[in-house]
Amino acid sequence: MSIAVAIILSVILIMALLVAAGVFTWVERRGLGFLQERLGPNRVGPFGFLQWVADTVKLLTKEDEVPPGGDAITFRLAPALAAIPVLAGFGVVAFGPGLSLAALDMGVIFILAMLALTVYAMVLGAWASHNRYALLGGLRAAAQMLSYEAFFGLSLMGVVMLAGSLSLGQIVEAQSGVWFFILQPVGCALFLLAGIAAAHRLPFDLQESEQDLVAGFMTEYSGMSFALFFLGEYLAVILVSALAVTLFFGGWLGPILPGPIWFGLKVGALALAFIWIRAILPRPRYDQLVGFAWKWGLPLALINLLLTGALVVLIGGRPG
Amino acid sequence: MTEQATREGFPVLWVTPEAWVSVHTHLRDTVARPYTLLADLWGIDETARQHRVGQPASGVTLASHLISPQRNSDIRLKCACDADAPRAPTLTGVYPGADWYEREAWDMFGIRFDGRDSLRRILMSQDWQGHPLRKSHYARATEKDPFVMTRESFDVTEAANHLDPASLGLPMERDGVELMVLNFGPHHPSTHGVFRILLGLDGEEIVWAYPDIGYHHRGAEKMAERQTWHGFIPYTDRIDYLGGVISEMPYLLAVEQLCGIEVPARAQCIRVMLSEFFRITSHLLFYGTLARDTGAMSPVFYMFVDRERAYKVIQAITGARMHPAFFRIGGVAMDLPTGWDALVRDFLDWMPARLDDYERQAMNSELFRIRTQGVAQYGVETCLKYSATGPHLRAAGLAWDMRKLRPYSGYENYDFDVPTRTEGDCYARTWVRAQEMRESLKIIRQCLDYMPSGPIKADHPLAFPPPRANTLQDIETLIHHFSGTAYGTQVPIGEATGQVESARGFTQYSIISDGDGRSYRTRIRTPSFANLQPIAEVAPGMTVADFVIYLASIDHVMSDVDK
Repeated sequence: MSIAVAIILSVILIMALLVAAGVFTWVERRGLGFLQERLGPNRVGPFGFLQWVADTVKLLTKEDEVPPGGDAITFRLAPALAAIPVLAGFGVVAFGPGLSLAALDMGVIFILAMLALTVYAMVLGAWASHNRYALLGGLRAAAQMLSYEAFFGLSLMGVVMLAGSLSLGQIVEAQSGVWFFILQPVGCALFLLAGIAAAHRLPFDLQESEQDLVAGFMTEYSGMSFALFFLGEYLAVILVSALAVTLFFGGWLGPILPGPIWFGLKVGALALAFIWIRAILPRPRYDQLVGFAWKWGLPLALINLLLTGALVVLIGGRPG
Repeated sequence: MTEQATREGFPVLWVTPEAWVSVHTHLRDTVARPYTLLADLWGIDETARQHRVGQPASGVTLASHLISPQRNSDIRLKCACDADAPRAPTLTGVYPGADWYEREAWDMFGIRFDGRDSLRRILMSQDWQGHPLRKSHYARATEKDPFVMTRESFDVTEAANHLDPASLGLPMERDGVELMVLNFGPHHPSTHGVFRILLGLDGEEIVWAYPDIGYHHRGAEKMAERQTWHGFIPYTDRIDYLGGVISEMPYLLAVEQLCGIEVPARAQCIRVMLSEFFRITSHLLFYGTLARDTGAMSPVFYMFVDRERAYKVIQAITGARMHPAFFRIGGVAMDLPTGWDALVRDFLDWMPARLDDYERQAMNSELFRIRTQGVAQYGVETCLKYSATGPHLRAAGLAWDMRKLRPYSGYENYDFDVPTRTEGDCYARTWVRAQEMRESLKIIRQCLDYMPSGPIKADHPLAFPPPRANTLQDIETLIHHFSGTAYGTQVPIGEATGQVESARGFTQYSIISDGDGRSYRTRIRTPSFANLQPIAEVAPGMTVADFVIYLASIDHVMSDVDK
């Protein structure tokens, strides 16, 4: 692939993702409305579908101010840090057989690293805001990241052992017999839990927690800077869903329909589950989340890893 | 010590300033079944009062209202003070809950309390001139020069209202660690109104909390002195703006007691039914917003659907939604409309399944439990210490409900229970209110089944407004209606008290009539005011996230706090 082609494909992918994130906000708002006996946005375009376009225009034209006393450069840098790594993470996602921008051998690790980078956006944004609510949000973001990252990576190592590869494409191909969520139920559950935390969604949106921290780390953000954080969150939901589909739900595999369509359908279904979870669950206190992560998440992930390793050695090779 | 002859159902005693503290101490500590609850403490400016027969001379009177939960009886003590420089000994040593009440008495009447460190204004701005509830203080803005805000006056007010933790005696560090001061409110999404709390934080742990109120003060008690008796009814709706007609009840109970009006059975039943409807809408809002504060975003939307259904019934009966101003002196404004029973039955059939649903969504959810159980736990002792009532007392184990203890408006005829729990935490307070909604449904069902027939207003010369048919016959009946509207009903001279159990707790209106068309003094004891006082004691040790749930579980309405 020449550089020019790579750039063109990247731009197309980024554009598609931005639209997907926009559409996803509309799906979420209508979905929540449906779940909560109310209408949701239904004025702009058919079924309110163009609401996200209107919101984008509004956010782009809004005044975007640095609070007095804030660190202007860091304040501007933070929202970019929230969106860019997540977009980069999509570069290694395998949308179909051989369909990825960069088929890295270490694809899984790359995505984990990109997701982990977003916490810097929150901590820096909080620090640069010169606001005490934001500061508390930033502290929580750091504490939460440390606790869920510990078992986020470990929870998917079982899959890596079974597939014998860290490449997303090869992991999908290893599932042609049986999807890994059947072989790795504990790993799958832990991964999804940590995934919610990695995407900073309710019930694990402690750093934002509008009930006690107003808006947490993004209290002072407005206009497009705010929108970038928002975008980062929605893209992260899609990325985590894509990763989960790849690792546990057979990626693009499926009968009749072409691979990318299957992949899209599965990612969409998981993203809807994110919305559903948001609609029904309260939020734990942050020390309860940290406690859960260290006392249950990490030990369970380790035990899962140990058992999987033992099985792989006993059976002598990977199945499928 | 002298006893004042009143038509109140409890003794009213005049005590000398020297004996003020010792009499209270005696009633609190020495007598059997003691008076452990300081329900209210307030001032009365006597300087313009014409009829004070049999009362000791007094410029400004300080009154306290004590209740013994074990006896289920009250006693009121009064103390005469000087008109120009009123002074009285402080009661904070006996009843810690007197703290805010004394600050209010200082703010409103300029009563100085000996033995206290400082008196900070509590409802008015710190740079306010004068004491608003004194008769010499103007009531209307038109009685003074036009208000002009300059840069200087703005700065002065800003500076005067700056809260400096150090000057309030609050520590700025703990174990050598500097504390972060967080200004929580008055414009914070989870303070449920314009309520400001200064928090001293070590990390996320609250080391101290200093509640600051007064941002919603509208001078309701002053307004009562310039509205006719009848004209003040709509204001009572807005004292506790979620309680609707519930707070009309104690005001009218007091007025009717002075007038000697017996309210007909049908009107009483309508009053009870509407009050219970408002109890349900108020509790639903509490339930939903508390769940929202734990992070569960959906219940509040479901509950607004239910509230809408309740408002449909209320609207059909009263013509209004949140503030119907529907009760009248001697009855209610209108008879029930045709078809009201079908509407009420619809609601009664709809609600129970929904409440079951909420139990599954909130009360039985594991995440909801870990966020509310054991959070902000305090017992009967703390409640009484700070005069907190209502669901706070019942969640801590004391079945204290005015509807049962001192039935009014015919509550003795209904079969309902008073739900209690013993934990006294956020979960218990939520549970108590959730169960109360079921009890309210029971009461409404009985109103529906046994609605008496008959008049909806007492046949009494002081009942107001008089029935239309009686006003348009001749000049005599017309002039009666006219003067009642223009100058107010001539409520007989005297003092009376109305007490009810509102959605938030013990609500009491103590009124004084000087034989005028208007009230001489209307004292409003609101439950929210007292229910906020334990914050300073309960909050330390909590995290900010728990504190938000504690605030939600208080279920205060800021207009009910600031009046």
